[in-house]
Amino acid sequence: MHAEREILFRESAAAALLDPQLRANFRRAMDGLISKRQAQFPDPRDLQELRDLSTAIRSRSLLRLPELLEQLEASCTKNGIQVHWAETCEQANELILGLLQARGAKTLVKGKSMVSEEMHLNAFLEANGVEAIESDLGEYIIQLDGETPSHIIMPAIHKNKDQIARQFSQKIKDAKYTEDVDELTAMARKVLRQKFLEADAGLSGVNFAVAETGTLCLVENEGNGRMSTHVPPLHIAVMGLEKVVADLESVAPLYAILTRSATGQAVSTYFNLITGPRGADEKDGPREVHLVILDNGRSRIYADPELRATLRCIRCGACMNHCPVYTRVGGHAYEAVYPGPIGKILTPQMEGVGVRHDLVHGSSLCGACGEVCPVEIPIPEILVRLRREATHSDPGSQVAGKGTGRLASEDWTWRLWAAVLKRPALYRLATWFATRLGGALPAGVPLLREWTRTRTQPVPARRSLSERMRAEGGSHD
Amino acid sequence: MTDARTAILGRLRAGGGEGPLPPLDTAVMERRQWPPAERVARLRRGMEAVHTEFLDATPADWPAVVRAFCDREALPNLMFGPASEAGAALAAAWPAGGTQLLPYDRPVEAFKEELFTTVAAGFTGTVGGVAETGGLLLMPGPAEPRLLSLVPPIHLALLRASTLQDSLWHAVKALGWGRSLPPNALLISGPSKTADIEQTLAYGVHGPKRLIVVLVHDLA
Repeated sequence: MHAEREILFRESAAAALLDPQLRANFRRAMDGLISKRQAQFPDPRDLQELRDLSTAIRSRSLLRLPELLEQLEASCTKNGIQVHWAETCEQANELILGLLQARGAKTLVKGKSMVSEEMHLNAFLEANGVEAIESDLGEYIIQLDGETPSHIIMPAIHKNKDQIARQFSQKIKDAKYTEDVDELTAMARKVLRQKFLEADAGLSGVNFAVAETGTLCLVENEGNGRMSTHVPPLHIAVMGLEKVVADLESVAPLYAILTRSATGQAVSTYFNLITGPRGADEKDGPREVHLVILDNGRSRIYADPELRATLRCIRCGACMNHCPVYTRVGGHAYEAVYPGPIGKILTPQMEGVGVRHDLVHGSSLCGACGEVCPVEIPIPEILVRLRREATHSDPGSQVAGKGTGRLASEDWTWRLWAAVLKRPALYRLATWFATRLGGALPAGVPLLREWTRTRTQPVPARRSLSERMRAEGGSHD
Repeated sequence: MTDARTAILGRLRAGGGEGPLPPLDTAVMERRQWPPAERVARLRRGMEAVHTEFLDATPADWPAVVRAFCDREALPNLMFGPASEAGAALAAAWPAGGTQLLPYDRPVEAFKEELFTTVAAGFTGTVGGVAETGGLLLMPGPAEPRLLSLVPPIHLALLRASTLQDSLWHAVKALGWGRSLPPNALLISGPSKTADIEQTLAYGVHGPKRLIVVLVHDLA
């Protein structure tokens, strides 16, 4: 899914900043998540040890990635799970549509899956006559409004309950207006249980795929994941190819750090391990389980030893919860499937660093994301790397769209700068003008306006440092 | 999609730098251990914090404790797996009248609608519990179908104190899950819940609204 046009984060971010309701919704939610996470890690030594272990597990998985994927395929196949591979989102969509059509499936209930968002699966299926119903409460809420998730864990976090109350009363049949969260939840339960009962197929993501046992692990609180994967006769799971881990022992630490980092829970309500379709004597469970392994640019990210760390991500969302930018502009401003810091490094690598170059600059590089990341992804360092990739075409680099974010105006500015610095006379002249006349420049002149758009116009000193040095008798030695 | 498979694996092999695998120091997982009695208290605390309810029982009286709960709640019926050990014991001790015991003894397709609309509660055994965080370990299968612990609005689960593990990490090893797993195994720490509306916790969104643990105190 390469973006065709340049998407400017600074424009959408500026618009988001003017929405006080949005800012209040995010501020409240992020503050809550930060303190809940903190409460789960009372001992800094334990936290660091768990991060080190989790990082090592994910790094080992990546080092052995091709081998583990083959092992996963073999184990799944032995268990009766059918494995499919897709290089692109288009391929994955076609594959899933093919599976559904071959079985005459018209309705699909979905557990939460960010990879399916990445594929824009719902829109694709709707266009081909299959109804795709989101069953995670947050996903259901935004699907009613035709919106996309604004957070990878809490998709409807940008809405408050008044907004949801209005929406339910308008869009759910026979629903009365109420702001009571329990009543709103009960309404969704009623609608969606009927959907689970009737659905022809279910779709889920995968939190961890275990190569040794051929097991798909699903982490959830609501039970919609279990409903989607156990009630309909067909279960399709989609995963990014980086989700594989060697063995089930490796999953326990990752699960422990995932729920604590994501929502500040020591454990989720359900941790569901799926190792096959309905067994010979079983009375329920899907008759068929399919696993779709998606690449979509991941193998390219994998090829770069530094950028590969991006693929360690376990999708906890802690980086966005702690990001001062995300907290203020919310998830939609990023105009990307994955918002926040992880999205800022993932999206440009998937869609092209040229069209999304604005994203890698939309960071103060404060480092909070890297500090809380449970698998120690050096997000700030990768942001800096991608800033360079956007404007340079290093021959060894495999980054999508490298060098295409270079602006002619920026290019000329640096050339001019270099020319002036190389010529002492010119430099002295330029400095003289800058110090005497710089303060009189209107804020809107080209180049200067890039600075003054969000900052106060600087007033240059009346004399340069070297002038003062000379006047005061200082020496360069 | 053999072509996609070949292309993807080819790219990964070409791009993968071989390096030494970083060591795994699992001490942080290993040291989460408690004496048996403390495990019970921890599990209970963890699960009660997320609205799980507990019924205390002995190895002899637990069927009566289940029955007393059903009477108290005036449940019209309780579904169970007749071929499971716990299910068989429950059925053997069930007095006639009152809450009707419904056996889950045929493929779900035969009564899916009924399961979703008229079954009031489901009863299952467990294969253990997790002390560190609180949680029940279940291995659904032919004797105890998967939906028994998911679809009915109340889930009653039998847990023997002697089967508690320190943590999920220890449980995976103790139960041999790392080597082979049935088609479905899971951990349940409470009733279904969500915080998707304004971070406000609400229980019973899709799965059971109530989780009742029948805790059999069988520690020596």
